[in-house]
Amino acid sequence: MSELRFEDVTVRYGSTTAVDGVHLAVPKGQIVGLVGESGSGKSTLARAAVGLAPYSGQILLDGSPVPTRGRRRPLQMVFQDPYSSLDPRMSVGESVAEAMPGAGRAERRAEVARLLGLVHLDPTRAGARPSELSGGQRQRVALARALAGRPQVVIADEITSALDVSIQGAVLNLVRELQRELDLSMLFISHNLAVVRYVATHVAVMYDGRIVEEGPTDQVLADPDHDYTRELLAAVPGRRSHP
Amino acid sequence: MGRWRSVLRTPIGLTASVLTVGVLLLAALAPVMWTDDANAVDTSNILAGPSAQHWAGTDNLGRDIFFRTLVATRLSVELALAATAIGVVVGLLLGTAPFLLGRRSGRLVTAGVNIAVAFPGLLLALFFAVVFGIGATGAVLAIGLAGAPGFGRLTQTLVAGIAARDFVSAARLAGVGRVRILFRHVLPNIAEPLVVNATIGAGSALLAFAGLSFLGLGVQQPAYDWGRLLFDGIQVIYVNPAAALAPGIAVLIAGLALNLFGESIAKGLGIGVAGGIPALTDVPDLTRGADRSTQSPEPAGNTDSHLVLDVRDLQVTFPGPSGPIRAVRGISFTVGKGEAVGIVGESGSGKSVTALAVSHLVGDTGRVDARRLDLLGTDLRDDETTATRHFLGTSLAMVFQDPMTSFNPTRRMGSQLAEVARHHQGLDRRSAMERAVGRLGAVRIPDPEQRAHQYPHEFSGGMRQRAMIGMGLMGSPSLIVADEPTTALDVTVQQQVLDLLRTIRTDDDVALVLISHDVTVVREVCDRVLVMYAGRIVEDLPAGDLATAARHPYTRALVAAVPDMETDLDQPLAVIPGRPVDAADVPAGCAFAARCPLASARCRAEDPPLETSAAGRRVACWHAGEPMDVRIESRRLAEVEAP
Repeated sequence: MSELRFEDVTVRYGSTTAVDGVHLAVPKGQIVGLVGESGSGKSTLARAAVGLAPYSGQILLDGSPVPTRGRRRPLQMVFQDPYSSLDPRMSVGESVAEAMPGAGRAERRAEVARLLGLVHLDPTRAGARPSELSGGQRQRVALARALAGRPQVVIADEITSALDVSIQGAVLNLVRELQRELDLSMLFISHNLAVVRYVATHVAVMYDGRIVEEGPTDQVLADPDHDYTRELLAAVPGRRSHP
Repeated sequence: MGRWRSVLRTPIGLTASVLTVGVLLLAALAPVMWTDDANAVDTSNILAGPSAQHWAGTDNLGRDIFFRTLVATRLSVELALAATAIGVVVGLLLGTAPFLLGRRSGRLVTAGVNIAVAFPGLLLALFFAVVFGIGATGAVLAIGLAGAPGFGRLTQTLVAGIAARDFVSAARLAGVGRVRILFRHVLPNIAEPLVVNATIGAGSALLAFAGLSFLGLGVQQPAYDWGRLLFDGIQVIYVNPAAALAPGIAVLIAGLALNLFGESIAKGLGIGVAGGIPALTDVPDLTRGADRSTQSPEPAGNTDSHLVLDVRDLQVTFPGPSGPIRAVRGISFTVGKGEAVGIVGESGSGKSVTALAVSHLVGDTGRVDARRLDLLGTDLRDDETTATRHFLGTSLAMVFQDPMTSFNPTRRMGSQLAEVARHHQGLDRRSAMERAVGRLGAVRIPDPEQRAHQYPHEFSGGMRQRAMIGMGLMGSPSLIVADEPTTALDVTVQQQVLDLLRTIRTDDDVALVLISHDVTVVREVCDRVLVMYAGRIVEDLPAGDLATAARHPYTRALVAAVPDMETDLDQPLAVIPGRPVDAADVPAGCAFAARCPLASARCRAEDPPLETSAAGRRVACWHAGEPMDVRIESRRLAEVEAP
């Protein structure tokens, strides 16, 4: 697996600066959590990395620029809303297969089955349409599709916030398991500190387009430096005594 | 298939199909069968009126107009279809070009199409007719090209809508080229409205041809279509009106056929509502039935003056495509003065519907039954009158999940709040506005006087939600019902809104019903928690006991599934296997049995009653409080979840 590095990345839309000179590294085989409020630029940073937003600065994968053209895409992304990230007209098997680099038909089928198994979906369900699946199952298909491109780094953008809490747990377990089994490097974006604490070894806090704090998760959470991090920590529900 | 059949059964669907098939058959067969009759010249019988021999009379060469009208069907339909094909192909090219070309060149195409759309179609057709020369070819090109910008504009809008979806982004990340994305992802997802539009467009093309030929710019002699026949017929209308009427009626029928056919396709594809859902008629009134075995005995006491809300045996039923959907299945609870009660459950558990039923917002399709539904001692079950509306408007405040859609975006915040006071308390404009500003200040909106003059979009999400609460406080409510008030907000803002609700509750002694899927949120604000599953209350317990002393397996799993800042990092999170119950198809026995690690044969056969314990806690489970391993290995999940 590889290291993803953002160097002085800035994203501007017209006169607004969504991401402002961000330096951030996702080390090999680690999950880095990126937290911050909506509008802080987390998702924009992710979209810049995969080529969906124009940026200045450098986004490097093992020292060379991330390719955003051509068939081979070593950086993959999983989106927030599993109801809009799968084509309703395509079977989930086709959606997963689409992301695979060229291979024979039988080979593709075997690979789709392997990937669905990897995310704990019954491989015989490859012919199902997204509408036949629950939100949690769809999100697992989306993960399988991201893995189909044999990525070196995966970006997960709020992948549990559209899910019921009862399903969120299953997806988080899966993320941790995949990271361990495949030794994935991952940038895990979330606004929920408890979730980030559970999956990420490192955490970066983004505020107003900048990274304001960064470090090993346990250290940052135990001893936050920046005011905004403290505010975030105080806001985690269940932290206060109930009446 | 079933849907198409149900469309065929509607009067419009049947008419459309019969007419369209008829017109197409005529187009195919008429020239083969009646060309000789239509071209037979009878100079001894020119410009005759209708007779038994010539139903629509004859023309200036004595040819039978009825047969000519029938034979003209083919040419008329052919021309219309050809023009439509041109319009669709050119429209598709124009409409998809911005997607294929990228931003800069795309903008040019878009601008061009927008200008072309602004031109009147007929003017464009006349222009093209002059350019391409008078005759059938010119007319086809003219009408086809005149229709293209409109179709292109529609395609462009639809393509842009799909292109913004995440699955298109995902395909781009997978390295799929633009052309391939267009054919695999975009076009299949916009095909339905395009097909419908093309069909209706064919009807319009037919009419346009009639118009063009009628002006003499269309089909030229000796060929003839309906427009040409109209053109000829109109010149002799005082001699033989039928000569113009016959082709006129043909145009009318064919145009109608294609338009109705387009609409029927729309229904068949599910764009409109096909057939409709049967209304609720045969649902027995369960609250008055004799079998009350599954419900708990009534809570003690009759009308208690301490109670703000008293709900007994509330049932809410909605009509569904396959039978009634019982969203809420007989729940009883009370909310005391100043008490905060949380309702938690997964989506589809009936928690939001309960809130809607309490606030009279279920709507006409649903049906609310209850043995008692009292707010401050006033029965809310009666039909809505001005008095109950007024009472609800002042005694109950409702806060919804999405603060953006709760306000009218075109009106200033202050006047939206003031409206409540003017409507319910009869205040004049000035004092209503003063009260609105006061309430905005009370919900901690900075500079309330200035903010009152702003529009909803100038407020941040958290401020909008607070303003929504402020709007609820315009009366002097005894109860605030908040349905997922913080789900759409950031954690820090969520905390502010929860704090605000807490303060209002203690300061003004207002009761609160807080609905959420997140147990941590409910635990923080509420005194008591009702856990709902499949339209029933399965547990009712003090909020403080949620983490430690919950007895229902569902409650325990729900609590364990949410990571908090103390979760053990070495263990997988607890998972509730399977899916929530479909409210249209609730199984016999305990609804949770299929997902429950403690389920026994009894659970699958008998629905456990909601038993009240000595401490006033309630739980509905045959195995309440039994030891249970909530950590179900994630590996097992796949097996259980695959149906």
